[in-house]
Amino acid sequence: MEALIGMFDERELQKIKKERQRWETTKVPNWTERHPERKNEFSTLSGISTKRLYTPENVKRLDYLKDLGFPGEHPFTRGLHATMYRGRLWTMRQFSGFGTAEQTNQRFKYLLKEGETGLSIAFDYPTIMGYDSDQSMATGEVGQCGVAVSSLKDMETLFDGIPLDKVSTSMTINGPAAMLLAMYVAIGDRQGVPREKLDGTTQNDNLKEFFAQKLCIFPPKPALKLSTDIIEYCARHLPSWNPISISGYHIREAGSNAVQELAFTLADGIAYVESTLERGLKVDEFAPRLSFFFASHNDFFEEIAKFRAARRLWAKIIKERFNAQNPRSLWMRMHVQTSGCTLTAQQPTNNIMRVAFQSLAAVLGGTQSLHTNSFDEALALPCEDAVRVALRTQQIIAYESGVTDTIDPLGGSYYVECLTNEMEERAMRYIDRIDAMGGVASAIESGFFQKEIADSAYKYQKEIELKQRTLVGVNDYTVEKDWVPVELLRVHPKVEEEQVARLQKMKKERDNRKVKEVLDKLHDEADKDRNLMPTIIEAVKAYVTIGEITDVLRAVFGEYRELIVV
Amino acid sequence: MGQIEQLAKGVLQGNRRSIAKTITLIENNEPEAQKIVSMLFQKTGKAHVIGVTGPTGSGKSTLIEKMIRELRKRGKTVGVVAVDPTSPFTGGAFLGDRVRMQEHSTDEGVFIRSMANRNAPGGLAKATKDVIRVLDASGKDIVIVETVGAGQSEVEIVKVAHTIVVVLAPGLGDDIQAIKAGIMEIGDIFAVNKADRQNANKAISDIQAMLEMNTEKTGWKPSVLKITALTGEGIAELLAIIKEHKQYLKMGALEANRKEKAETELSEAIKQKIAESIIEDLKRKGEWEKITEKILTREIDPYSAADMLLKKKKRN
Amino acid sequence: MIVQRKIRVLIAKPGLDSHDRGAKIVARALRDAGMEVIYTGLRQTPEQIVETALQEDVDVIGLSILSGAHTTLFPKIMKSLKGKGMSDVLVFAGGIIPQEDVLALKKIGIKEIFGPGTPTGVLVEFVQENARKKE
Repeated sequence: MEALIGMFDERELQKIKKERQRWETTKVPNWTERHPERKNEFSTLSGISTKRLYTPENVKRLDYLKDLGFPGEHPFTRGLHATMYRGRLWTMRQFSGFGTAEQTNQRFKYLLKEGETGLSIAFDYPTIMGYDSDQSMATGEVGQCGVAVSSLKDMETLFDGIPLDKVSTSMTINGPAAMLLAMYVAIGDRQGVPREKLDGTTQNDNLKEFFAQKLCIFPPKPALKLSTDIIEYCARHLPSWNPISISGYHIREAGSNAVQELAFTLADGIAYVESTLERGLKVDEFAPRLSFFFASHNDFFEEIAKFRAARRLWAKIIKERFNAQNPRSLWMRMHVQTSGCTLTAQQPTNNIMRVAFQSLAAVLGGTQSLHTNSFDEALALPCEDAVRVALRTQQIIAYESGVTDTIDPLGGSYYVECLTNEMEERAMRYIDRIDAMGGVASAIESGFFQKEIADSAYKYQKEIELKQRTLVGVNDYTVEKDWVPVELLRVHPKVEEEQVARLQKMKKERDNRKVKEVLDKLHDEADKDRNLMPTIIEAVKAYVTIGEITDVLRAVFGEYRELIVV
Repeated sequence: MGQIEQLAKGVLQGNRRSIAKTITLIENNEPEAQKIVSMLFQKTGKAHVIGVTGPTGSGKSTLIEKMIRELRKRGKTVGVVAVDPTSPFTGGAFLGDRVRMQEHSTDEGVFIRSMANRNAPGGLAKATKDVIRVLDASGKDIVIVETVGAGQSEVEIVKVAHTIVVVLAPGLGDDIQAIKAGIMEIGDIFAVNKADRQNANKAISDIQAMLEMNTEKTGWKPSVLKITALTGEGIAELLAIIKEHKQYLKMGALEANRKEKAETELSEAIKQKIAESIIEDLKRKGEWEKITEKILTREIDPYSAADMLLKKKKRN
Repeated sequence: MIVQRKIRVLIAKPGLDSHDRGAKIVARALRDAGMEVIYTGLRQTPEQIVETALQEDVDVIGLSILSGAHTTLFPKIMKSLKGKGMSDVLVFAGGIIPQEDVLALKKIGIKEIFGPGTPTGVLVEFVQENARKKE
């Protein structure tokens, strides 16, 4: 009777080991004497040592049924759904927004015409920080980094001619998430779309703001309360809406490595599950609608391993730690964006290739939704030509490369399975550490995440400067005269003028008595720690502005000042 | 009017630019610094100086921001000196304490300055004393000095304050016991921050126990109170206790304290001046090099060398 | 005791832009080069930045911005510095600033703009060579 370990026969493994050792001690040194390897040590971007060759020995404990399984079944390593892209491709969802609601509405229509299959809104900084376009903090910023939305009126323009029962919309909004969601609900109501049909996502991940994206308005406790309000409200009233997109993308962009990105995201996920359970909901009531958001960075195989490990690890956590019974609670549905910070201002056309490889990794990793960056990312907001190239990248992978015709083609690769295990293990170690610290809130307070991220960012920068890592076009293969084949997008300063005028006109024309009434009600509800969604919906329908609502919440909850860790 | 006179005049008028420039001269130990401080000295002694110290992460900056807010509401003007360590390896420093206080940066009644300790042994306390004097002379009612309180030199600085507030936070990873004994001895008020935490009460009883053990301290009995710097809870109480301490000092302890400080400062100044002048003289005559060479070759030890030099000086 | 002068640098984030990865790396690099670096934190108004520079008596100001709001905020900052007699302070900027804006920014007194990918060594050298000299 042959002895088996995992998938492999013990005797065969011994034979392989013997041969591998022979090859390593004779063949390789013979060769490297005349052709030395390019570096003394190879490692992934997160510092995992990369071997010359991977064999069955490296995955000898792999248990196919337990560790890999089948698509659509626990632990979901090979894919979330039974037929994956053979049945349905990932959603091609390009993050867009700039200038006025009208300009962005046009960009939405352009992208839908060119084949994107989901909408994703980028709001401008004032909107994201809860300021109206006419408040002093908004000066110079209106419409610059996204679309300016101060009231329901702007949202109506944004969705003009777009039926909400025919699209799904993702909104990258955190502090003011409740207000933007309320506006979307209001428009759905107006269009006659049943609320249960409203399909989309609010990012609403306030925890990561404290150490990654830094768009904090309120201190940690109320911030978490607001996020949880939305999760709770959607569980009861908006069953097709994803209340939260638990994000690793910004953690990565702030400078963390892949392991940290994975670990800190899942730790945040645990915190959100815990805070929602405290409201009295059962895990199966809301877990199916939790969604995730990751980056896809340069290290091709590490990223693929990260996505696979993420699905497996989250499924285990929800099952074992939270005792979920509904199989849908174990699903980790993810959106991926190719990494912005890897794109260069120098020789921007190189970014097309970077984005292509990063998106291929996301597809081979089994993502449900994908945004590809435009090649002018490091120079400006995407112009039409550049965003079209980004969209085509996805379409070429989908229709020309063949990778979508089978599920998880890299499954079984000795390297990829080994890396997937490694990512899971290392992430789990971080999660244990965070648990020991008392959870995410304590870790944020002590500056743990910030230090890890700052150190990784500095390390990466040093590696580039010391040329330990090549950044093509930046520290090597540079050119004297650069080539930018497009006219860069610029948001005209008139946008601010016009937006302010529009806003002030609207404020005059609305029922200001009702406005005061509902703001007082909001203040009262916030004081009493109620779920604020219903009142916020009422408020936005009365054309109360984002700034007005946020000011009330600022008065009740206070404002946040960050802990600096450099 | 010379530059020095102009700066001094500016300081007395509360001119921020003059205050800032003067502080720089003091930090750099420029000879003008001493002259300006001398000119301002008569106008000092009015501000109440509060030292705020404690381990990193205890919430000092957040607390100070709330104190500023409350004091400004009461019409008081405030100066803040935030001290951070200089890296012993690079000589540089990252000064991030004022981030939490930035809202007050445009308030005419508040002046905030970040200082690096510049690894000057004993020298930092002197510089800080003079910086406090400048803020005092510029008319600030209260001057708050913030330090980490970890190293010996930081504990020295806090000695320049009238009232010392030690900020602690439970569950920071250090047991209260592990907090440097030096800080525990000099604190007049112990503020246990993040009072909403579970172990806040235990922290308070731990501190009280430690204070009971310290029977040497007579007079003012150190206070222990709970605060939540983030929300501002307990700030009014803290300011009230600080005021009480100020009253206590006025009743006599302040005089003794001030006399001691004056004597210490005078003897320090004398020592420094004498040493400086002797060493300058030796360097000018080329003897400094000769003697240090002899120490390197172990021909003579530093103490005997000093003796010899002084004898020589007396003879000359 | 000897006279010891340090280069004091203010690293500031004007406006609502929340990307601080670069600003922190620059702060760290300057500190490692022996300078005293004061960081304002995020979301500073031009007034806050200039007041901070004044109180801290800095020799250098580094402005980091990626939001496109530099066209409005930088002129305000430079005007305010001039008004307070601080035109001798070295000002440089970094982030996402289109090439076509650089000339205009230099005209109002920003000595240099450093785009993405600038090695920190280049920045350190620039500051060391151009920081306002203390007599």
